[in-house]
Amino acid sequence: MRRLAAALAVLVAQSCLAAPGNVDSMGQRMQACAACHGKDGRGDAEGYFPRIAGKPSGYLYNQLASFRDGRRHNATMEHLLAQTTDAYLREMADYFAALDAPHAPPPAQRASVSELERGRALVLRGDASRDVPACVECHGAALTGVQPGVPGLVGLPAGYVSAQLGAWRNGQRAANEPDCMGRIARQVSAQDIAAVAQWLAAQPLPADARPADASASPLLTHCGSMHK
Amino acid sequence: MKRRLLIPALLALAALAGIAIAASRGSQDDAHDPATSASPQADARTLERGQYLAQAGNCIACHTRQGGASFAGGRGIETPFGVVYAPNITPDPKTGIGAWSAADFWRAMHQGRSKDGRLLYPAFPYPNFTQVTREDSDAIYLYLRSLPAVAQANREHALSFPYSTQAALAVWRALYFKPASFELDARKSVQWNRGRYLVQGLGHCASCHSSRNFLGGIESGTELSGGMIPGQNWYAPPLAVDAEFADLLKKGASRHGAVMGPMAEVVFRSTQHLSEQDLASIETFLADVPKPVPAASSSPKRDRALLGAGRKIYENRCASCHGNQGEGVPGAYPALADNRTVTSASPVNVVRAIVLGGMAPTTAGNPRPYGMPPFGAELNDAEIAAVSTFVRSAWGNDAPTVSAVEVLRAR
Repeated sequence: MRRLAAALAVLVAQSCLAAPGNVDSMGQRMQACAACHGKDGRGDAEGYFPRIAGKPSGYLYNQLASFRDGRRHNATMEHLLAQTTDAYLREMADYFAALDAPHAPPPAQRASVSELERGRALVLRGDASRDVPACVECHGAALTGVQPGVPGLVGLPAGYVSAQLGAWRNGQRAANEPDCMGRIARQVSAQDIAAVAQWLAAQPLPADARPADASASPLLTHCGSMHK
Repeated sequence: MKRRLLIPALLALAALAGIAIAASRGSQDDAHDPATSASPQADARTLERGQYLAQAGNCIACHTRQGGASFAGGRGIETPFGVVYAPNITPDPKTGIGAWSAADFWRAMHQGRSKDGRLLYPAFPYPNFTQVTREDSDAIYLYLRSLPAVAQANREHALSFPYSTQAALAVWRALYFKPASFELDARKSVQWNRGRYLVQGLGHCASCHSSRNFLGGIESGTELSGGMIPGQNWYAPPLAVDAEFADLLKKGASRHGAVMGPMAEVVFRSTQHLSEQDLASIETFLADVPKPVPAASSSPKRDRALLGAGRKIYENRCASCHGNQGEGVPGAYPALADNRTVTSASPVNVVRAIVLGGMAPTTAGNPRPYGMPPFGAELNDAEIAAVSTFVRSAWGNDAPTVSAVEVLRAR
């Protein structure tokens, strides 16, 4: 089997080398991303790394720029993006936004019923007593994101979602000001974050998992993440 | 341990002498400087020249923190003695150099002294900038003065004792620094001299591409012969020109690879902006620098099991881009056969390329670069040692074996 794989790899290499023109594509340029974000940016639902395929281009661009400029922190992302221009980041964002790789089914559930219920309540209703809006208010009724700057929340590993909310809470992640998610994350507890992440990760994706069209939500319009 | 005690003791002893030397030298230098020349004029041509020179000197790289306002400082420069934070050099009068005269600026460049006379840390490469002409210094000064003023307070350096003291700096300077003007070598061409000015002066290439001793000094005669970059786990190779040299500086990538690590930033911010003429001058000068001898294998009998394991990893993970014969794909994937980074005496850079992956800098000449995936999480130290050893010995390459310990250190 290994030999077969090696032979296949050689074949791939040879076909790729036979016509150097074939490598002149964004897919070939973006091979560095596949190591963590999977083939065609489909993510790794069982592990940690988020899906990037099909996310709104404006959102992806803002994240790439944030890694380059130090608003988000990940040693690998910062290393890869340190010397890139805005124009190239936009091309990367457009490339991954246009990809439509298959979604994996949600991983097996580990959370308790009460934790899932706590997560569901926060995602769908929020908590007005703490001035925490429901996730669906901005991330779309189907939670698949909203063009051009809001990411989908379903189909992501729980570990990734809770790490992001935790990073916002601790000041390790920021969006352009006004940083709406930063404010929200500081209003919730670590238990809330875990519950939300678990519930989101347990949701199957709707048939149409594309981000919704631009929303007129007044909550969103003033957020820095909406400005490119 | 003995050495640890010895250094502070030596420094302390030499400090007094150092201060005296430095103090007297300071006053003498002032007398020699053309510091009282009439205020230089900020016409459009001078500003454009100043911008070009500031790019050639790559001021922006250290004087800008990640994502911060250009030239407003705040970036920490890691050194073996602690972190030096580059100051704000925008024209803000309180936090920047708004209150500085052209003469103050020249004194910093030429003598490594601040406006108030304080000795500056040589993380600011004044041992090189001292050769910058007054005319060029003035042009850079005027360009910086033309930038928007940014109010951003400077951050205190985080240096350990005794390096945090002016006395230690005085000693260091007595050992390793003397203000010097650039002297034309009449036996050489104008182009050669221009190249030397850029390499040894404004471009301060030697500050990374030389090995430093335990005091962070560069012993004379070792300039440009390569060395580990202080405070960073990257090896700056010996500077020698080859057919791909100009491509690397202009585009950031060539047939045999892309610039990596700190050099990617140098190309991105500095050398891609150099004129063809200046690049040719640098080539002319460096052509005279003795070529490095490729690292000859110290272990002709390589471990066959290690090579076999390395070959297997190469075939599975690397060959689809770098080719079965390490030939790469021109314009996309670097050839590894006859690749100076791969066969370098120090395996640090090839190991780091495998561990961290990378993306060539986006430049005008290479606006859509290719990236290499990081393998640091997927491959363990022994596996990276095996594949590094394999690529260093295949297709005519003949560089020494890499051990798992070396990989661990380079990670």
